[in-house]
Amino acid sequence: MEKLLLLGDEAIAQGAIDGGMSGIYAYPGTPSTEIMEFVHGSKIAEELNIHRLWSTNEKTAMESALGMSYAGKRSMVCFKHVGLNVAADAFVNASITGVNGGVIVVSADDPSMHSSQNEQDSRFYAKFTLIPILEPSNQQEAYDMAYYGFELSEMLNVPVMLRITTRLAHSRAGVQRKDMKKQNQLRLPSDPRQFVLLPAIARKNYKKLLGMQPAMEVESEKSPFNQYIDGANKKLGIIAAGLAFNYLMENYDNGKNPNPILKLSQYPLPEKQVAKLYNECDSILVLEDGAPLIEEMLKGFLNLGKPIHGRLDGAVPRDGELNPNIVAKALGMEIHEGQDVPDVVKNRPPSLCQGCGHSDVFLALNEVLLEYGAGRVFSDIGCYTLAALPPYNSINSCVDMGASITMAIGAADAGLVPAVSVIGDSTFTHSGMTGLLDAVNKNSPITVIISDNSTTGMTGGQTSAAHGRIYDICKGIGVDPEHLKILTPLKKNHEENVKILREELSYNGLSVLIPTRECIQTFARRKRSEKGESNE
Amino acid sequence: MKSDIILGGVGGQGILSIAAAIGLAALKNNLHLKQSEVHGMSQRGGDVQSHLRISSKPIASDLIPKGKADLIISVEPMEGLRYLPFLSNDGWLVTNITPFNNITDYPNIDDIMKQIKAFPNHIAIDADTIAKAAGSSRSSNIVMLGAASPFIDIPYEKLEEGIRQLFGKKGEELVNTNLKALKAGREFTEKNR
Repeated sequence: MEKLLLLGDEAIAQGAIDGGMSGIYAYPGTPSTEIMEFVHGSKIAEELNIHRLWSTNEKTAMESALGMSYAGKRSMVCFKHVGLNVAADAFVNASITGVNGGVIVVSADDPSMHSSQNEQDSRFYAKFTLIPILEPSNQQEAYDMAYYGFELSEMLNVPVMLRITTRLAHSRAGVQRKDMKKQNQLRLPSDPRQFVLLPAIARKNYKKLLGMQPAMEVESEKSPFNQYIDGANKKLGIIAAGLAFNYLMENYDNGKNPNPILKLSQYPLPEKQVAKLYNECDSILVLEDGAPLIEEMLKGFLNLGKPIHGRLDGAVPRDGELNPNIVAKALGMEIHEGQDVPDVVKNRPPSLCQGCGHSDVFLALNEVLLEYGAGRVFSDIGCYTLAALPPYNSINSCVDMGASITMAIGAADAGLVPAVSVIGDSTFTHSGMTGLLDAVNKNSPITVIISDNSTTGMTGGQTSAAHGRIYDICKGIGVDPEHLKILTPLKKNHEENVKILREELSYNGLSVLIPTRECIQTFARRKRSEKGESNE
Repeated sequence: MKSDIILGGVGGQGILSIAAAIGLAALKNNLHLKQSEVHGMSQRGGDVQSHLRISSKPIASDLIPKGKADLIISVEPMEGLRYLPFLSNDGWLVTNITPFNNITDYPNIDDIMKQIKAFPNHIAIDADTIAKAAGSSRSSNIVMLGAASPFIDIPYEKLEEGIRQLFGKKGEELVNTNLKALKAGREFTEKNR
């Protein structure tokens, strides 16, 4: 078979399709989005009728994947690292239920926060949930791990985490496919109470999970993804996890390493291999993209053993993603950088697109808020978060999906009246609806603006879960129809929109305004595809 | 052989079409390839880059180390300068000269051009005008690829094949426009290097 040129994300998708996946569940989030998008575009996935609709949020995705596993089939769930927080309840308990069909949980971390509000390391979740992690170092491994991960999951009776970071997710390379596996047949769990986590059953299941740990370690020891590569210079041994292995090898001409290396891509840590490296070398350097998880384990609280270098002692910066230069520095190599960036170069932060409906919303809101003073706009995760930057400078918070409404409630409770929330349509259905019910129940004096661009814009225009139904949902949740209005955010409606905003901000109760206009990007794409022209 | 290329531009300018054309050409030459892209937030009008690595040997890192790039291709003049720390001493900077001004403090274009011209190995090309003359202002990225092609270690015909494959589905006319754009860019560099 000819090699395919695939992003890391796409390699995972192809590996899962070829590995017998029956369904994939996901909510878009950079850098994970392209996994589901690839399955959407895959002819094989269509022919095999692999389930591939976007979920409303990461928790519903995780639960649906677990449901498919209950029914005996193989499922994958994908999200970005902060999505794992949303899915955490289901994720953690899924290690206690165990699986029937194999489950792979792909969590895409974003060290350096290219498109995220933190750089949490998903491996910690897998560690305390006591499940294996697969962490590919390249696109081929990403494919192979998705392909093999279902079997591992079924063999060990737990979900398996496939952890990637932004660079691999969004980097392309040649990938060799394997023969396609058949999907599992519908088959109920042999123990009908396996998934019933009543305390008595959960305690039994948990002991089973603990008892499974040695088997997981055996799998790590014999995993083809972990490799002990010997080297003559035993002054330093190097553990290189996932993508860090590439950055390390980049620094050795012709791929010849002077020091012993443990290439690490499957967890729990293979104790024998780690011990061999530790015993044979005078000191250890740990290279891992993300937080110092392995480094902390090796070092221990009292740090009584051999010197362990990494992020904790400053050999590698404590935060941010790795790159070949950072690794070179940690190895004590000289770096010859090119010229400095000339002073004439200015920052170019992202911004709302020309003609974006959100911008009309913020221009109107800014005008009305002059009457109340600044510091009262709680916003959310999406394109509209860019209104934090000039020329808008409109928003005062962006924390997590849905927090705009609930933080406004709390601020209003504290006396900041009126408080304003700005949230998008997709984020609203993801995690805003429950908060709106809180606001309805206490008639909070807040104005909620659901800026509806009819898509999930920031991640490239995926389906919005309640397209065309936001008004009805708000009405159903119990928002007073007198204070529930749809606006059209266009320049020509500016005065009218300002008037409505002014009225609702002065109302001492809950108002919900829904400015509705299609995302300018999806609009343009739709028009282009209707005309059938493109140069992209 | 090896070519380590940094593509620079502004989100929405379509630098990935250049990367795709080179990538397809590299595959036709049975070369190894790694191409790192920027997706997500920066695509909304922020600075975007792609690291494209082609080699006859296996490639380790998805990212090009600083000081190791052979070539910067920038579809916007200020953006090319942003990646100078990556360029090797004898590397080339090939840049479009039309500014994309979406920030309030965009510098004076003369100051930018002064910096570009101070760099010994540079090609500064008006890709938009040349693209228009070749038949479509939308093929300016392919003009840029043509202008950079003498510095990429892939036979020119393979780049042409890459373009045929990239635009083939969209009709013969678009293929020809882009092949003309590629040639026009290459001729500019041959005359001006």
